[in-house]
Amino acid sequence: MADVTFTVDGKQITAPAGTLLIDACKSAGIEIPAFCYYPGLSLQAACRMCVVRIEKMPKLATACTTTVAEGMVVATETPEITQARKATLQLLLGNHPLDCPVCDAGGECELQDMTFKYGAADSFYTEPKNHREEQNWSPVVYFDRPRCILCYRCVRMCGEGMDVFALGIQNRGSSAVIAPNIAPSLSPDNLAHLDCEQCGMCIDACPVGALTSGAYRYKTRPWEMNHVTTVCTHCGDGCKTTLGVRSTSDGAEIVRGDNRDKSGINGDFLCNKGRYAFDFANSQERITTPLVRQPNGDLKPVSWEEAFTVAGKKLRELRDTRGGKSIGVIGGNRLTNEEAYLLQKFARTVLGTNNVDHHRTADYVTFTQALAGQKGRTASWNDTKSYPAVLIVGGDPTNQAPGTAWNLRSDVRLNKARLYVANTSEIKLRRQARAFLQVAPFGYGALAGYLAGDASAASNAALDPTALGGFLEAVKGEEKLLILIGSELRGADLKRLIEFGLTIPGAKFALLSDYANSRGAADMGLLPDMLPGYTPVPTPGPFTEHNIPSEPGLDLLEIFDAAAAGNLSALYVVNSNPVARYGVDPAALKDTFVIVQEMFLTETAQLADIILPAANLYEKSGSVTNSYGDLQLVQKAGDRSGVRSDFEMIVRIADKMGADVKALVPFGKGLRADMGQSRGAQSGEADRHAVWLTANNLEPKLSPFDPWAILDEIQRLVPGYDLLRLQLLSGNDQHLEPAAAAATASRRDLVLPSGDGLFTSGTLGRFSPALNDVQRYQAGEPLIQIQTAAD
Amino acid sequence: MSTITNSIFTPETAARFDHLVTLYPVKRSALVPMLLYAQDEVGYVSDAVVAEIAQRLDLLELDVRNVLSYYSMLRTKPAGRYNVQVCTNISCMLRGGYEILDHCKHKLGIGHKEVTADGVFSLEEVECIGACCWAPAMQVNYDFHDNLTTVKVDEIIETYRAGKGKDVK
Ligand code: SF4
Ligand code: SF4
Ligand code: SF4
Ligand code: FES
Ligand code: FES
Repeated sequence: MADVTFTVDGKQITAPAGTLLIDACKSAGIEIPAFCYYPGLSLQAACRMCVVRIEKMPKLATACTTTVAEGMVVATETPEITQARKATLQLLLGNHPLDCPVCDAGGECELQDMTFKYGAADSFYTEPKNHREEQNWSPVVYFDRPRCILCYRCVRMCGEGMDVFALGIQNRGSSAVIAPNIAPSLSPDNLAHLDCEQCGMCIDACPVGALTSGAYRYKTRPWEMNHVTTVCTHCGDGCKTTLGVRSTSDGAEIVRGDNRDKSGINGDFLCNKGRYAFDFANSQERITTPLVRQPNGDLKPVSWEEAFTVAGKKLRELRDTRGGKSIGVIGGNRLTNEEAYLLQKFARTVLGTNNVDHHRTADYVTFTQALAGQKGRTASWNDTKSYPAVLIVGGDPTNQAPGTAWNLRSDVRLNKARLYVANTSEIKLRRQARAFLQVAPFGYGALAGYLAGDASAASNAALDPTALGGFLEAVKGEEKLLILIGSELRGADLKRLIEFGLTIPGAKFALLSDYANSRGAADMGLLPDMLPGYTPVPTPGPFTEHNIPSEPGLDLLEIFDAAAAGNLSALYVVNSNPVARYGVDPAALKDTFVIVQEMFLTETAQLADIILPAANLYEKSGSVTNSYGDLQLVQKAGDRSGVRSDFEMIVRIADKMGADVKALVPFGKGLRADMGQSRGAQSGEADRHAVWLTANNLEPKLSPFDPWAILDEIQRLVPGYDLLRLQLLSGNDQHLEPAAAAATASRRDLVLPSGDGLFTSGTLGRFSPALNDVQRYQAGEPLIQIQTAAD
Repeated sequence: MSTITNSIFTPETAARFDHLVTLYPVKRSALVPMLLYAQDEVGYVSDAVVAEIAQRLDLLELDVRNVLSYYSMLRTKPAGRYNVQVCTNISCMLRGGYEILDHCKHKLGIGHKEVTADGVFSLEEVECIGACCWAPAMQVNYDFHDNLTTVKVDEIIETYRAGKGKDVK
């Protein structure tokens, strides 16, 4: 819309017509207080905190509902306004307990800040306050009625934002109260409860401490934590999350997961898992000493030195006697890119084997090959916020990639995007869809064929084949179309769907996978036939310098087949639980020497000869790549004594095998200038120099455990991994398009979707008390009794 | 023809509801009248009433409860057969409304929003019922009684107790 110019507090401001005054002021650096206004949600005008004086208007006006107009003259802070806001606060405080000293929001509370700012210290009411006990709505959502200021943010967040509509407002006047969707009369314990997605977005939106988190309430104060920004370890969306950490006697405990500054790729959003399921890190069940199996079958705690020595010696011996091809390596979906890259490099260059794989949750090989030679055709997660039209084939973002679902709902709500959904099930996102096509059971392949022009596939493609024509026409009519693809589509079907999409000039693609770095694991070459960047093993290109065996290796299933046949001398499993995931018969591994790096005694770890206690993604640094190919920085938040990062362990094992560690991790390079910290007046110069060096990847990597040394190599060798170090360092996401070579021979499809939903997260999820509580709760178990601050 | 199978309402009420939803541009506009009619028939807005109305109007039960709880004339617990509502708003208060209320409490042996053990009477203190010119006033079900005195209240209560009043439910 055309720009208008107006004056606020004597300052000339220009903004597009139709902008809300409160937003226009914010962009111009003028803050107007607001309780009920929440960007992106509908306007409520319930609190009157944002009142301003607009010339020629008879009364004070609410800046959150007024749109800017040409020539408008506005004052935002005058004695009259101050008085109005103070009176509003006094009314709000009339029924507020002012229990800031014990309130979770204390120190981070908008009401507290405003009370401080406007000095609304006294209340003119003599009536007793209308007290109500706090309510335990679900294991993760608690409600303190007296603190609520009835801003309706939570109600709108849950309804408009989440499309769940689990919160309402009941009664009237000073008795009005936010109510969850299970009425006391319908609940076995006669108390109100929530049946919902348990995302905690309502808590996040609450400007005060009325809605509090089951995980965090009464645990600590905001200023007593360190806040570390990193990436969620759960699904493939890769939300930025801020972990609140506190020192403990054996490390640093994570006490809170939240979306503190909303600066990430995920905007406002975090789901249940990102917000609460960090607690596996604090689990008592974690392994914290290396364990080596004794001849009698017992696992004996040993020193790190001993464990690495045994592991290194044994691997070397088996490689030298039975050959690298007799060794298998399985990596995880939650390793950093640097670890995944290092692991495959270790396997290929130190162990001398291409028997490398991971639990594949989407067919990225076909995806990138189908897009070989194309530029700008892969979508960033950011695109889901703004693309004018989106087609989702397969998948169920609401449950599998909740952040994606949030973005799509927002895109439809705020930008009137057109959403097309094709799925075998009636997934929840169909409620936002302009058209929903119910795909016939197992019909994705037929659908892809139909879309690609094979009319005969119609009868197997949709439950109602007559609906296909209209759906196809609508989709084809889009100029800019984002095509989101679920992991159901693989191999030839996926290729055909992409080929169809490529006929739409403005189409972009994304393939959804299941875990924090599923995409990274594939991109970094944890595959038997692909080197990093989908470089085929027989034609190693930039990786020629690594002297990799030229035969593709065994895939994950073949590795276990080889073990069962007695041909696998050793198996090295890093952060993965293939035994449970693929239902491997434990007997298959009886003749194999198994080394497992793990946090918990999983089904796989139980079979190991050496267990090395591992750090998780919240306890290490590096980078991860989400389903869309957006790379982000991971920073170390928690810490547990007795565990080590997978990166360090791989390097130490290589060292004990007698490998050249400098060849494995190119450290010790970079400039070694005088860093001159003590140069008095010139010291700032040195700091700036150091920043410049870091930004240009020239800072010295002094340790073999420095993931950045590997990142340098990734950047140097992996086709398409052109990243800007400064972007990464400043916490921004970067969209990468690995430049794959076109497909060669057909490959075996080993994709096994994890089947995780809102409250599960593979093996890791089993060790999260929060997820277990929520699962039990949603399955209908009575809640544990409420504990109040005073207990 | 009811669009709802196994409606909890009488065929007449069900038919009336079927018609009601057709009267407004938006279905949910029928919510408040529907709640009132349902309360008249069932005696209060039970969970079953909430569920059926939500179904009829394509609303969540939570939506129905949100509206329901806003209006003090809608109740979620059974009242007595005769619901005595005594006004204590300003005109009535000035003309002895509280005396009438206290008298009722004493006479019926129940307090605000309570029901007698035999279920015949319930009592409520309410805001203005629009009979200020003849204050103090009270309402029993849908019947108005005004210019009250304690003697008159006794007579009214006895009339109802004898079953002579109108039983709306
Ligand atoms: S936790 Fe999420 S789904 Fe549940 S009430 Fe809050 S916003 Fe709604
Ligand atoms: S609970 Fe919080 S977000 Fe919801 S209305 Fe009350 S103050 Fe606002
Ligand atoms: S949407 Fe995915 S990445 Fe985001 S918080 Fe949830 S599980 Fe984590
Ligand atoms: S922020 Fe404008 S009225 Fe609440
Ligand atoms: S004040 Fe009692 S009827 Fe109006």
